[in-house]
Amino acid sequence: MVEMVSRPYARAFEAFAAGNPDILCLSADLTSSCEIDGFRDRHPDQFVSLGMAEQNMMSFAGGLGLAGFRPFLHTFGVFMYRRPYDQLIASIAYPRRKVRLMGFLPGVTTPGGMTHQAIEDIAVMRSIPNMTILETGDATEVESICAAADSVDGPVWCRVLRGSVPRLFDTPIRLGEMRVLAAGTDVLVVTSGICTEEAMRARAALAKAGVSIRHLHLHTIKPFDAAALLDHIGSVKHGVVTLENHVTEGGVGSLVAETMADAGIGKRLIRLGLKDSFAHGGSRPYLMRYYGLDALALVRGIADLTGAAFDITEEDLAAARVDEVHSLVKAEAL
Amino acid sequence: MRNEKSTEEVALGVRRRVFEHAMRNNGGYLSQACSAAEQLAWLYNEALTLGAPTLPMIPGPFAGVPSADNPGYHTGAGYNGPAAPHLDRLFIAPAHYALVAYATLVEVGRMAPEGLAMFNRDGSSVEMIGAEHSPGMEVHNGTLGIGLSTAAGLAYGRRRRGETGRTWVFMSDGEVQEGQTWEAVQACAFHGLEVRAIMDVNAQQCDGAMSSVMEVGDIRQKFIAFGAACVEVDGHDLAAIRQAAAERHDGKPLIILARTNPFHAMSILEERFPRLHYVRFTSEEERARFNLAIAEDLDIDPIDYAD
Repeated sequence: MVEMVSRPYARAFEAFAAGNPDILCLSADLTSSCEIDGFRDRHPDQFVSLGMAEQNMMSFAGGLGLAGFRPFLHTFGVFMYRRPYDQLIASIAYPRRKVRLMGFLPGVTTPGGMTHQAIEDIAVMRSIPNMTILETGDATEVESICAAADSVDGPVWCRVLRGSVPRLFDTPIRLGEMRVLAAGTDVLVVTSGICTEEAMRARAALAKAGVSIRHLHLHTIKPFDAAALLDHIGSVKHGVVTLENHVTEGGVGSLVAETMADAGIGKRLIRLGLKDSFAHGGSRPYLMRYYGLDALALVRGIADLTGAAFDITEEDLAAARVDEVHSLVKAEAL
Repeated sequence: MRNEKSTEEVALGVRRRVFEHAMRNNGGYLSQACSAAEQLAWLYNEALTLGAPTLPMIPGPFAGVPSADNPGYHTGAGYNGPAAPHLDRLFIAPAHYALVAYATLVEVGRMAPEGLAMFNRDGSSVEMIGAEHSPGMEVHNGTLGIGLSTAAGLAYGRRRRGETGRTWVFMSDGEVQEGQTWEAVQACAFHGLEVRAIMDVNAQQCDGAMSSVMEVGDIRQKFIAFGAACVEVDGHDLAAIRQAAAERHDGKPLIILARTNPFHAMSILEERFPRLHYVRFTSEEERARFNLAIAEDLDIDPIDYAD
């Protein structure tokens, strides 16, 4: 049974930032929702409340960067780029300010529906020069993302998980590397974020069905080690399946597609994720099932790629975690 | 380094240089020189405490955008001197005033006249819309409304570091149509940031008179309501500007509204009202007529732009 870690970001950020005179914690009215309420209460001198005004927060952070500070911005990921995109470009990305953009509730991890779901942020960030992109897939990565992000000489976009987070890995994020979770020879599966746990659930059932999976987990999406990916693609017989908590355009699937096309790789690629579609509000397991982001969707994708018909049902997959959408901790789940 | 000329002389010199440039290039940002020359002259010649320039008097060519592969990159802030704790910083928030700002750098001896001749030439760092690598610029402000927020962040950081230098912003009234301006003012007020801004209230914007594009109402009352100290003066009256800058604004930003005339000292420009944002001459006859009229207003010979 996987270990569940409660609010790993809250502890990790405080441990990393408290007492560092060059780090400031910026918040846009989602302080407890981003698990920095304890930091605010214990380290008010390092906490800057900027209210529900993200455009100002971006340029303000750029000004702090000019003064030599490394601000960590906290809000829901979706609010950190859709409205203040112009400011993100002009005040942060272009001048390479050391601003750490901690975007919470990536993709369908929020029940808040379209306005709350960052589903195209990676596509946007990948196209911005000077931007680094990190995504957390487990508690260990959440615990290590502050140090990883703060080691970058420039702005960093981070997809951060909150609340109860499974621990899948025992080593921290090493910037620019990828995790090799399985070294099979039939199909390469590339996942990131919460989809990695789904792929891990599917792997055991697929192994029983006789499919040898090679599984890569990406915590660093930009910069990206294309040569390493090509080596892995060269090690599998059939081709590649990607699964991401994001639209299939511009994210990890596109990254893999571009890498394959650039190198002239003739193998098949199946990209799983939100298929040119917005999502609606609901629980995470429901949304992952409904939009085809879960272990079962991956099994279907691998069947498509290999031409095999698997007799794998939901019952054959390792038990899904079902979080309570509403809890006493976050009554509104936002 | 200052006060070799009076501020009145600097302002006149700015208008003359912008005029000459516009005649030679068949147009340009003439009206911005009419409205803002006193404000920029006052900032550079009196208000700002700046060190000597750290960059060559004749600007170098464009040297690439910021990237990990461009380690020698620097902004144009060195024309305002070094960034030191006790020195002031200035952001030109409406980067469309760049020509006027560059002319001011020339007038106060911070850039050679050759720099102005590089304006808007391919490969030059003296860009039409001031870029952060352009002389006197430290950030990109071509997207209007972000300057005050940047200044607020810098001022917050400088206060935290105990720096005594002040943070100034030159703004334009069109920026009050952007929501970010109001976000910035409320953030300055909430955090007690004593940012200083002087705003060219010329009542003009790209489409024409602001009253015809988007009415903004009583912006002084709006700034005060958002928590700023705000003083309104005649933007061509240097004594009034000086007095406004002395206004106490403890724990608040100070916004000086400089009410200006977009034809000031170039009265023939009124013919082109309400399209003053970028005046391009429509005929040789018009160009010649403006040459004679403005030269007379500025008390110089007409520009021999045929060469």
